[in-house]
This record gives sequence, C-alpha cells and structure tokens, in this order.
Amino acid sequence: MTFDWLLLAEVSLAGLGTGGLYALTALAFVIIYKATRVVNLAIGEILMLGAYAFFGFTATLALPWWAAALGALAVAGVFGAVTERLVIRPMLGESPIAVFMVTVGLGSILVGLVEILWTADPRRLPEFMPATPVFIGEAFLAPKIAYGFLVAAAVITVFMVLFRTWRGGVALRATAGDRAAAYSVGINVPGVFSLAWVIACVVAAGAGILVGAIGGISSTMGVFGLSVLVVVIVGGLDSVPGALVGGLLIGLIEALAGFYLGGEYKLLATFSLLVAVLMVRPYGLFGTREIERL
Amino acid sequence: MAADSPILEVDGLTLAFGGVLALNGVSFPVAPGSITSVIGPNGAGKTSLFNAISGFYRPRGGSVRVEGRAIDRLHPPERARLGLARTFQNIALFRGMTVLDNIKLGRHAHMRTGLLDALFYFGRARREEMELRREVEERIIDFLEIDHIRKAPVGSLSYGLQKRVELARALAMRPRVLMLDEPVAGMNREETEDMARFILDVREEWGVTVLMVEHDMGMVMDISDHVVVLNFGQVIAQGLPRDVQANPEVIAAYLGSGNVDDLRRRFAADARKVA
Repeated sequence: MTFDWLLLAEVSLAGLGTGGLYALTALAFVIIYKATRVVNLAIGEILMLGAYAFFGFTATLALPWWAAALGALAVAGVFGAVTERLVIRPMLGESPIAVFMVTVGLGSILVGLVEILWTADPRRLPEFMPATPVFIGEAFLAPKIAYGFLVAAAVITVFMVLFRTWRGGVALRATAGDRAAAYSVGINVPGVFSLAWVIACVVAAGAGILVGAIGGISSTMGVFGLSVLVVVIVGGLDSVPGALVGGLLIGLIEALAGFYLGGEYKLLATFSLLVAVLMVRPYGLFGTREIERL
Repeated sequence: MAADSPILEVDGLTLAFGGVLALNGVSFPVAPGSITSVIGPNGAGKTSLFNAISGFYRPRGGSVRVEGRAIDRLHPPERARLGLARTFQNIALFRGMTVLDNIKLGRHAHMRTGLLDALFYFGRARREEMELRREVEERIIDFLEIDHIRKAPVGSLSYGLQKRVELARALAMRPRVLMLDEPVAGMNREETEDMARFILDVREEWGVTVLMVEHDMGMVMDISDHVVVLNFGQVIAQGLPRDVQANPEVIAAYLGSGNVDDLRRRFAADARKVA
C-alpha cells in the first residue's frame, strides 16, 4: 500500500486552518503581555464570551449574523475596558503571580456567567459561512476552516500594519519597550493599557466566533486557551511573529498527531514540543531573552 | 511678565514616601536659557525631584510652574506636551527598536495622525512622517554625531552612545526645558567632555533651557549658570557655581565639616565615649 499523500495534505491543511485561529488568539494574548506584562490566563474564556455573545445576538435576539458579530465584538471590547480599569489596573505593581491568579479567577467567573445565562449544554452557532467545499489543488478543506483561516489571516495582517504605522500601535510597542520612557515622551501609558485590553478582547472574541462556528460552543470551550498558552510559550510570550509561527506549528502538529496517532496523542505531541522548545530556548522561539520574573 | 521671569519654577515642593520626606519645601527658579544644575550627595532627593517635576510622583505639597502656570494637576504625557523633556539616570530607551525609531518616538506627543491615515499610510501620516524624518535626520542626528548608528538596535550600543540617543529623543520632543538626569554618570573624561559640549551647543542651537542633575562637580561648575544644592531633601544653598562651591554648608554636606581640627576634636570625643 502506498502512502496517501493527498490525505496528508488534507490533514495538514486542516491543521494549519486551526493554527490560524490559534495564531489569532495568541496575538490577543501577546498584545496584553507586551503592553502590560500581564499573563492573561482568561484569554480562552474571553474567546468563549465572544462566541456566546454572538450566539445570544443571533439565536435570542435574531439579529443578522454580521450585526451579531459586531455586537459580540463590542461586548468583548467593553468587557476588556472595564476589566482593565476595575480589576487589572488596581493590581499594578503587585507581584506578577498575583495578577496572573486574578486572571485565572476572571476565567472562572466568565465560565460561571455563561453557565448561568445559557446553561452548560453545548450549542451550535447558526451557519453564516458559505458551505461550498474548498479545494486547494486536489486537497479538500472544510469550508468553515478555510474561511476561518482567511478571516484570521486578514485580521492579523491588518494588525501587523497598524503596529508599524498607527500612533496607537507605536505607542503600544514603545510601552512594551520601556514604560518610564514611554511616559516621558508623552505617551498616555494607562491609555495604552486600556487599549491593549480592548484590542485583545475584541480579537479573542472574533476568534471565538470563528472557533464556535467550526466546532460549536460550550462552557468548556475555554480550554482552547490551553493550546494557545502552549503556542505563546513556544513562540515567545512577547513576540507577535512567535504567536503566528507558533500558532501554525501547534495547529499542524495537533492535526497530524491526532490523525496518525489518535486523538489522545494530540496533547502529548504539543506538550512534548513545548518541553523540547523550553529546553533549547527558554524564552520561546522568538521571545525576548530576558523574560523576567514569574 | 518680565523677560527673565523663570521658565520653570519649583515652589515649596514636598514629597513623602511613607514617613520619609524625600523632598522638604524645595524651591528654586530656572531662568529661561540657563543651565541650572541640581547637585547633592546620594539620596539627597535629586531624582525624586525630577520625578516630581515630570509628574511621575505626586508631591504632598508645593507647586511646579511652567511660565507661571501651575502644572500640578497635569499627567506626565500632558507635561511632556508642554515642553518638559527628560532623560533618565539609568537610561530608558525603547528596547528592540533602532536608534532612529527611538528618536522619532520623541515626537509622539505632537503627532496627529488618525487610524485610517495610518492604515493606508497616506495623507497626514505620510506628511508627518516626512517632516519628522527631515528634522530628526538632518538636524538632531547630525548634531549629536550619531549618524553612523541610526539603524542600529539601541541595545547594541555603548553606554555613552545610549545616553546620547536618549538626549536625541528628548530633543525630538521640541522641549522648552530639557531635564537631564545624570547625563555623564559612568562616562570617562573624554565622553564627559563630549556631553558637556553637546549640552552647551544644544542651548546655543535650540535655545533650550537645561535643568540637570549631576554628580560630576567639575562639569557642573564649568557649564552651569545656577547651581542648587540638595541635602536630605532640602535646598541648603543655591546661586552661582563659585558661590556655591565656597559655601561652608555645601562643603560640610559633601565632605563632613571640612575643618580638620573640628574633625580631630570629634574623633577624640568619640574615643572618650567608647573608653
């Protein structure tokens, strides 16, 4: 029996498709870490919040999908702003472990909130993406994954451009570089913190809608954040390119391990990679060498 | 207002950390176009004073005025926009960026580019960028003789050059008062002389007022117009460099009393106490 190359291509494509969503969520994580040095473990739950908000707007309020998507992004943005101002900023100057624990708690609160509002039963998001099969060459790719990947890629590209040219993006990079210096050249550092949380939550919510559209939503979909954590540790906590490469890499490895070795090997494969990377490059593939504290 | 009324005025500034008074009723004027230096032993409150002036610390009492206007309620970014630019004792540059990017960020407070302009890089974004590049490249970089390192990441530079990049960034802010926190600390003789020359030239060329904190007595006395001496958070003397230098209280703060007989008597007294 010869090896089925087409199948390998299809599995790989599906993996890269999921990887795009990992990259998008990892971007959200990295934005917060870069600007504020907060390790935000609630990123998976914020993603879930976005998906449920979308669900609420479409299923309960019967809005068209695009309006629901905008609404969900807005909800996440407001959530980000309020959380940063009321929960994270008062923790400024506390030990990073304390802040990290606060985000763990934040995640639990979000899970509880979703279960109160929508119960713990898994649900399906209404179909809003074209269902015609997508072929790349001869390889078939599930349309949802393909479109999810395209949206993720587009959003990431826009952000890469904005980081370079927009004043807010530059302010964010500068704040990441040196907080006191940023303050002294007239950058509104607390404003940058808010901005980072708002952007990150909106991005995570967008990823949540895509993830939910592909695999359905449930109050445990926050575990998606666990894979994203692996992605950012592999890529480097403070590295945008690291988030992208790490996302695609983890997506690919999960898919290959899941298909050829069996679903139970997915986590084994990714965490093995994590251990290997940490042994060789403790600051991640693209991370800054002096990842401090923690 | 009279022509020589102070451009920056510190009036009765008091700053406390818990029960410790870091600054205790500090007052002094900074005349426009002057080089004013703040000196004092370690822990005298010099950097705290700078942090209070640039708005990083909230003083318990007193006031800071820029051209007669109290700025006590303004946040650091707003103070930067008013023309207070500063450097830091332990160099605060944007890591991972090039020299040029670091310097250009000095202009951040004055930029007005919107989100859409930035996304497509047309209109105002391009105009502002061009204008900025011209000023930064032709004037500041040339002036501070850092042309050869403009593309280098700041982390790779020597300490002296990093200090110079910090100065360049502060200049890009179009400052009215340039606040330098130990501009020559840790530099050798030659680097110190270069920096002193830059500070004098900056004043000539840009007409900027300079307020600096420095330990290097030789340099302070050489280039300052007005010297303020802090000790334990209080101003113990101020005036022309030669007057301050001759002030017995200043000598005492730096060297003990400076009177050898007095010192002998104190040692003798201590010895008796122990015995």
